[in-house]
Parts: sequence; C-alpha cells; structure tokens
Amino acid sequence: MIDLIYLTVLLPLIGFAINGLLGPKIKNEKVIGVIGSGAVGISFLISLGIFFELLGKPAAERHFIVNLFQWIKVDYLNIPIGYQVDPLSILMALVVTGVGFVIHVYSIGYMHGDKGFWRFFAYLNLFIFAMMNLILADNFVLLFLGWEGVGLCSYLLIGFWYDRKFENSTTADAAKKAFVVNRIGDFGFLIGMFIIYLTFNSLRFEEVFAQVKLGGIPESTFNMIALFLFIGATGKSAQIPLYVWLPDAMAGPTPVSALIHAATMVTAGVYMVARTSVIYASAPTIMMVVAVVGLLTAIFAASIGLVQNDIKKVLAYSTVSQLGYMFLAMGVGAFTAGIFHVMTHAFFKALLFLAAGSVIHGMHEEQNIQKYGGLKKYMPVTYLTFLTGAIAISGIPPFSGFFSKDEILWYSYANAGFAFWLVGAITAMLTAFYMFRLYSLTFEGEGRFDHHHVHPHESPKVMTVPLIVLAILSVIGGFIGIPEIFSGSGGNQIKNWLDPVFKPANSLLAKHGAHSHFEEILLMAVSVAAAAGAIYFARFVYLKRKDIAESASLKFPGLYRLLFNKYLIDEAYDKAIISPIVKVSDGFLWKFTDVKIIDGLVNKTASLIESFASQIRKMQTGVAQFYAVIMVLGIVIAFFWIMASL
Amino acid sequence: MTFTVHDLISLSPVLLIGVGILATLIIEMLVKESEKILGWFTFVLLLSVAYLSLILLDHTALVFEDKFLTGGRVNIFFFLFSFGAAVVSLLSMEYIKKAGIHFGEYYIMLLSSVLGMMLISGATDFIMIFIGLEQMSVCFYVLAGFNRRNERSLEAALKYFLLGSFATGFLVFGLGLIYGAVGSLSITEIVIGYETLKTSPLFLTGTLLFIIGFSFKIAAVPFHMWVPDVYQGAPTSVTALMSTTGKAAAFSALIIIFSPIIQAAYPSFFTPVISVLAVLSMLYGSIVAISQNDLKRMLAYSSIAHAGYMLIGLAAWNEKGVSGVIFYLVAYTFMNLAAFGLISLIEKRDLRGTEFSDYKGLGFKQPVLAGLMALTMFALSGIPPFAGFFGKYYVFLSAIEAGMTWLAIVGVISSVISVYFYLRLIVVMYFDNSDEIVMVTPSTSAMLGIMISVLLIIIMGVAPGSIINLINSTF
Repeated sequence: MIDLIYLTVLLPLIGFAINGLLGPKIKNEKVIGVIGSGAVGISFLISLGIFFELLGKPAAERHFIVNLFQWIKVDYLNIPIGYQVDPLSILMALVVTGVGFVIHVYSIGYMHGDKGFWRFFAYLNLFIFAMMNLILADNFVLLFLGWEGVGLCSYLLIGFWYDRKFENSTTADAAKKAFVVNRIGDFGFLIGMFIIYLTFNSLRFEEVFAQVKLGGIPESTFNMIALFLFIGATGKSAQIPLYVWLPDAMAGPTPVSALIHAATMVTAGVYMVARTSVIYASAPTIMMVVAVVGLLTAIFAASIGLVQNDIKKVLAYSTVSQLGYMFLAMGVGAFTAGIFHVMTHAFFKALLFLAAGSVIHGMHEEQNIQKYGGLKKYMPVTYLTFLTGAIAISGIPPFSGFFSKDEILWYSYANAGFAFWLVGAITAMLTAFYMFRLYSLTFEGEGRFDHHHVHPHESPKVMTVPLIVLAILSVIGGFIGIPEIFSGSGGNQIKNWLDPVFKPANSLLAKHGAHSHFEEILLMAVSVAAAAGAIYFARFVYLKRKDIAESASLKFPGLYRLLFNKYLIDEAYDKAIISPIVKVSDGFLWKFTDVKIIDGLVNKTASLIESFASQIRKMQTGVAQFYAVIMVLGIVIAFFWIMASL
Repeated sequence: MTFTVHDLISLSPVLLIGVGILATLIIEMLVKESEKILGWFTFVLLLSVAYLSLILLDHTALVFEDKFLTGGRVNIFFFLFSFGAAVVSLLSMEYIKKAGIHFGEYYIMLLSSVLGMMLISGATDFIMIFIGLEQMSVCFYVLAGFNRRNERSLEAALKYFLLGSFATGFLVFGLGLIYGAVGSLSITEIVIGYETLKTSPLFLTGTLLFIIGFSFKIAAVPFHMWVPDVYQGAPTSVTALMSTTGKAAAFSALIIIFSPIIQAAYPSFFTPVISVLAVLSMLYGSIVAISQNDLKRMLAYSSIAHAGYMLIGLAAWNEKGVSGVIFYLVAYTFMNLAAFGLISLIEKRDLRGTEFSDYKGLGFKQPVLAGLMALTMFALSGIPPFAGFFGKYYVFLSAIEAGMTWLAIVGVISSVISVYFYLRLIVVMYFDNSDEIVMVTPSTSAMLGIMISVLLIIIMGVAPGSIINLINSTF
C-alpha cells in the first residue's frame, strides 16, 4: 500500500490534465465536478489506507521513502523524485486530501453556473498536486517545487474572477500582490537551501538531518539556515512582516479561501518548520525569533479583526492570527501542538469559510456583515455549523480548538514564560470576541438587509453536507489530543503518533523544570473563562447594547481608525518600499540603464553579428569544387599543426 | 570462427535487422504494391530491434574474431539508431507518398543504413568501422537523391557523393598510415602498443586523417560545406535520418577511436584539434544560421552548431564528457526528428513551403503543429525543462571539469546567438500573420512519430538523472 503513495500525487495531476485540457469540451458540470472531486477523494482513500498500514507497524518503523525516479544528478547534487511516508507527512496528507475533498464537493454547488467552472476544478486539482508534493517530498528541492506550485495556484485562483472589481482595484491586482509578496519569502527560502547545500553537500532530508545530529557544525550556521527558511515561511504562512497579501487574497472564490488561504497552503510554512525541526532545535536564538514573530502576529491580526465589516476579511485576519499561534508553538518547541493546531484549524476554519460562503451565496454576493442580521431562521444548517466553528475557534471545551490552543498556551508558559502565555491568552479572548461579534451580527438580531430585494435562502445539499462533515470534525477532532493530565500518561494520541518525528529535535532542546498539574489546570481554567467572558460580552454588546460599540468607536476615534485601517501597514509599505522602487525602476533602471545601455549594446551586437553573417554566408557558393577546396585547406592547416607539434 | 549461444543472443539486434533487410527484399519482389505494407513492417522491425538492444544491455560479447563488440554503451547506440530510424519510418509513410517517391526500396535503404550504423558503433577494428561507414554512406547517397525527378534532390545526392568520396579518400589514407605504424587495424593492438605509438608520426598523422574523415560526417567546420545543400535538397524525411542517427553513428566511431588513445594518456594529443573544430562549428553554425530564410537550411546550420557542442564533450574527454555526448546525441536526435517531422507535414506537394514566410501565422491556423514546433525550438535552443538544456549542460560541465572553461564560455555565447534564429520561427508563427491558407497533409503515422519525439524531449528534460544514470552504468 505504501508504494501507492505516488498515486495520491498523480491522481490530482491527471484530474488537472483532464479538466484543464478537455474541460471546455466536456461542458457538463457534473462530469467535471466528479472528475475533480473524485481524483482528490481517491487520493484521500489511499492516504487513509497508508495511514492504517503505518498504524499497524511499531512506532520506530513508521518511516518509508518511495523513490520514483532520478530527477537531477550532477556531482554530489542528487535529487530524486522521492516521497517520504512518515507520521507527519501522512497526517498532513490526510488533512489536505480529506478537507480538500470536502471543499471540492462544496465547490460543485458554489461554482454552479460559473463560466470558468472547468478552469476552477482544474486549478484546484493542480493545487492539490503541488501541495501533496510539498508535504510528501523527501528533499528540499521537491518541497520547493510544491512550494512554488501552490504559490502559482494561489495566484491563479485569487485572480480567478479576473474581470471583477475588488475593493479599489481588481482581483488581478490582489493576485499579483500575493505572488510578489510570496516571492520575497521564496527568495529567503532559496538562500536557506543554498546554505544547506553548501554546509551539508546534500538537499535530502535524511542525509541533512543525519549530519545535523552528528554535530560539529557551528550554531551560527544553523542560525543562518533557520532564519532564511523562516523568512520563506513568513511569506507563505502570512506572518509579520509579509502577512499583507492574505487579506487581499479573499478576492478569490470562497472555496479557495477555505482550501488554500485557511486550511492547507498557508500552513505550509508551519509544516516546513516542523519538518526541519532538527535544524531549528539547533538554533535556539531563531526559535525565539519564531516564537516572538508568531505571538506578535497573533495578537496584531486579532486586534484588526475586531473592527472589520467584511465577513471574509474578519476570517482572513483570524487565519493570520491562528497561524501566529502555530508559529508560537514551533518557536517554543511544541512541535506536536503546532501540527495539532494545523489540523484542528483546518477543520474549523475551512468550516467557517464555507459557511461564510454559504451566507454570501444566500445573500446575493453581499459580504458586509452590517447588512446581515437574523439569518438563523433563513439558513438553519449554515447557522448551526457556523456556530460550531465559532465555538471551536474560541477554545471552548470540548470542541477541537480548545485542545490544540490550550496545548500551545501551556507550552508557551512552560517553555517561554508567563508573558508569552499572557499575550496568547489575551489573543484567545480577542478571538472569541470578534468571532461572536461576527456571529451575532450575521445570524442574530434583526435583519438589516432590504427585505424587498434580498431573500436569504439556505444553500443546496451539495454545499450543506460538506458543512456538516466539517462541523462534526470540528467538534470531535480534538479528542486525539487530550492533555495527559486528563487522559493519563501516554494518553495523548497525536503526541504518541508524532513523537518519532520530533524525537531528534526534542532531544536537542533544553529541558525545562517540571510544572505542577495545578498550574496547568489553573491556566486552562483562566483562558477558558476569559474566552467565555468574551463571548458573553460580544453578544451583550452587539445584540442588547449596540450603543456601547458605537460610543466606544466615538470615544477612541484614533484607535478605531487605526484598527479599521489595519494599522496603515499597506500604506506604509507603499510609501517606504514600493514607490521608491517604482521610481528608481522607472527613471533609472528602465529609461536609462535598460533602454540606453542594455538595449543599445544588445542591438549593436545583434546588428554586427547579422551583417557578419550575411557576409560569410556568401562562402556557401553552391559550387562543389569550392567546397572541396575548403576541405583541403582545413586538412593542410591540420598537417602544419601536426608537423609543428611533433 | 565459432559462435556460442551467448554470442548469438548478444548479436540478435544486428542479426534481426539483417534478416529483416532480406525479408523486405523478398516482400518487395513478391508482393504487389509492397510499399503499402513495408512502412509498418519497417517500423515494427526497428522497434523490436530497439527493444532487443535495451534488454540485452548487459550482454557483452566479442564476436566475429574479436572485431565486433556488443552490450553496454554499444547497445545504447543500437537503441538510438533503431528507435530513431523507427520514428523516421513513421514520418516517411505519408511524406514519400506526397513527394511521389512511394517505392519499397526506400525502406530497404533505410534499414541498410541502420545496419551500417550498428556496424560502426560496435566495431573494435578499423576495417569494421570502414565497412559500416561505407554501407551507411552509400545508402544515404541514394536516399538523398531518391526524389530523382527533383533537381535539388539530385544536386544534393551528387554533391554529397562527390564530397563524401573525397573525405573517405582521406580516411582510407589515414587507415593505411595506421596500419603501417601498427601492423594491424585492431584497436586492441593499438592499446597494447600505445606507449611506443604515441610518439610515432605515422600513427598520429593517420589518426588525424581518420578524425578528419569523421569530422566530415558529423559536419564540423571546415568540413561542413556539403551540409546546407544536402540537408535542404534531400527529401525531408531523409534529412531527418541523416542529421540524427547518421551523425550519432559518426560520433560513436570517434568515441571508439578515442577511448584507447585517451585511456593511456591525458590530456590527449588531439585535444587542440577537437577544440578548434568545436569552436569553429559552434560559432559558424550559429552565426550563419541567423541569415537563413529556409527552415531546412537553418536547421542544417543548427546541426553544424550542435556538432560543435558535442565536440566539447570529446575535447574534454572525461567520463562526464562522453556520457554527456551520448545524452546530447539522444536529445538532439529526437529534437531534430520532431522538427523535421513537423516541416515534412507542412511542406507542400511540390516540396516548397519550407521558408520562414510560409510559417506566418501558423500559431493561429494550426495551433497544435505550431505549439509542437515552438516546443521543439525551445528545446533546440537549450531552454529548460527540455532535453536540449541538459545536453548542453552536461558537455559544458565536462569542459569545466577538464579545465577548459573557455570552451564552455564559447559554447554559452554561441548558444545565446542561436536563440535568435530558433525564436525567430516562434515570432513568425505567432506574431506575423498572412491570409494564405496552410494545407497540412493529415497523417496519423507522422503525428505519432512527432508525439513520441516530443514526449522523449520532455521526459529527458524532466528526468535527465535517470537517463544519465543509465548511460553511466554502461562504462
């Protein structure tokens, strides 16, 4: 079964080829949808089979490399197309294909009637193909191929409705922004890879990590590698300072936001850090950087989310914030907790986005929550599932978000200190608040839409069934990671599962002093109470005393505007970086260097060669005797040469 | 002369093609309108030969009184010749009908030339090389003039024959000198006596003449003068054969003659000669191709330039260089087969329609053909991820490793120049327009041949590692 892992990569590629090449001819939406979803569905089943096969093996033997073929071979550089099957990669594969399949099915309903229906499914399949390469790769180069591939698909899908307006510009601009910002991160990733190759003479995970474990390499080298790889991660996973593209990425269709910009692609950075955990464990300074960046991103994005009015924007900032949590986990050495949160977040955030998509669908493309209200009686399934997702993300037990978030907070406290826990807990409180602000304004209270023109309706089954599936996962998904204080020693399933992968890194990390169970339960209780309080407060403010929200924004107009305008970061980037670059490019690089110097030189050389060519082509007279003469001339010269050198 | 079963099995690719030639002769005699079946017969025969060569990769045997070697690298060449010729037979089927030269003899000549190539690549004796070379060349002379009612075709055949005989003369003279110095024409003997031979003027001069004789066949400057006229005048499917497998056969001979000499002494005495030939060929081919208006002529100059790139690998003469040359030959064969195949489809009934101006707006009139052509041009100019890039990459790398970085630099410069005329075709196809309608002969067999070639170009560009590993495993 394990040998079949390549099928999980190949099938989506075939789906892409069929829908991409024949899509316009097939025309039938059902056929296209079934091909697209089927490819991912079968991949999921294969992954599931492999998962159970791994489960049946002893923990130490759950590691396989399936080599398909030699890709690049030059001297020591030996890059195979090889897929690595281990607890971490198969878990990610299950999340990607599982959630991916559900979202594919949902898209059949959501994209119904769109003229680019086939194109949409082709891109989605291509995305799954690239993402599977990213997580299954057994070397950095193949991982990078997937990394760039998902970036490309993200670009294509953000700009999917390339003829539509988005905010003050077009969706194509949003796509371009995502692509360019990601390129900055990718550049860092590339440099990291170069340093790895220089240091270890290899780019295969197994060989590199084996050498790391042997030791003998200065910490400064590890610091460099870890830092540059992390720069790559900040681009792909939308962390400070490169997070600015993700909110704009909401220009894409909502299933895309759910799949790519919430559940899977944006977690690639987290996955990459987890995969290279041995390197990070050897660079404690950079781990601290990762933790701080993650923590700051978490609270920063959450604070912006408090005042946004676009339903997808709120969810986008929430995603940035949750990704911050995951990096916090990586930074404090809680790799398992981070991956656990990747998984639960994939469930509840995909659910929230899809439910939001269902709302947008039912409200005729309206995305402003100030124009919603009281929708629960119109769309009961959407309402219930959204509520489930909101409780899960707020960290209320026993929903899945509670377990993963609490694990991260506990490790922040245990490994990094009280301050980290405090900021994390405040972020959790803010999260609960903005989620229930969103929920209250959308589903409860009075309808604020125009009742004559807008008739909210529940979405078709093909969309609501995926919501129900994800809602169930959001409720029970956390039970695989019940903390050991409740489940007893060795009772945390996901920890046991991932332990072999992170063992080398954990053994490198410094051991922290023991903490009492009392501390752990106390902190847990405090954070849950804070979240519950925030939920109550949000409902109170937005349902009973709307005046409080208004007077607050009037009392602190500066703060409100700062938050509403997202700390003016986009504007600052524009002033400080983009316009100067554009000016230099336009005036100096283009109009002078390129046009005058480079083009001039190139054109001159070209015309010289061309006139030279038209001269010597005359040698080709067509007379055979002349040809023979030239040959003899060559032979004569060769003779003189051999006589001289003998 | 005794044969063991092992010898017979190892020889089976050669034997099969020999039997096949006899069979085609008999079919041609007995069956009316034999040309209708001979095309597919040839294709299947060559395909089985190719398959046999691959599965017998490990069957090394020295046969014919130690004059002929099979297995390993030799079988890679067997495969290249037979598979390349199989694709040519696909390209030919409809084309020779269109050109009005639909005769069974065409396929007999094609098969005989392949047998000649195989004899060259497996030879361990100069006489064997010479026999193979002549068998191949005579078939080519005939094939070049196969369109006997067309003046250009006749001119091509005559020029090729005249100049070819001229070159062969030098080659035979060289063999005479070598025999005078060694007292034998066996390569094993040369290896044994190499310590004394390497200072013998007689031997070195003989070898030089031998190299020059083959420089003619691979179309290295200044022995290239026949190439543009012959490539343009010969029927396009024949040009496809000559420019690919024919060139590969000549290179295989150079690899054989070099291996014992250079195993013994490095850097080789002949490295300067080879380097000069390489530089001249690369630059001359690339520069003159710029001012061509006919596509077949342009590809002829491009073929000269490609010979130059491959010579870099021979000049460097290390393991990378040789495996690089072989990789390059395979890549080049299928790139050229695709290009000439496409040209033969677009060519008109009167064999005109091969000029750049005939391709105006092809991107809109024949999107599939133009797309394939564009891909082939990208591959030929060495743009990744296609086969051409890695071919160049490996030979340039071998030069750098041998301490001849300057040769690699000249190669890169010449590659840059060559991009101009390859991309020019793409510009003409997609950015110019004309109202003329392009008639294309619908031909499933030719499309199959082109698709096979393009697929190989892509595979070799995506997974060059596996191919180079296979080649390296035969050293």
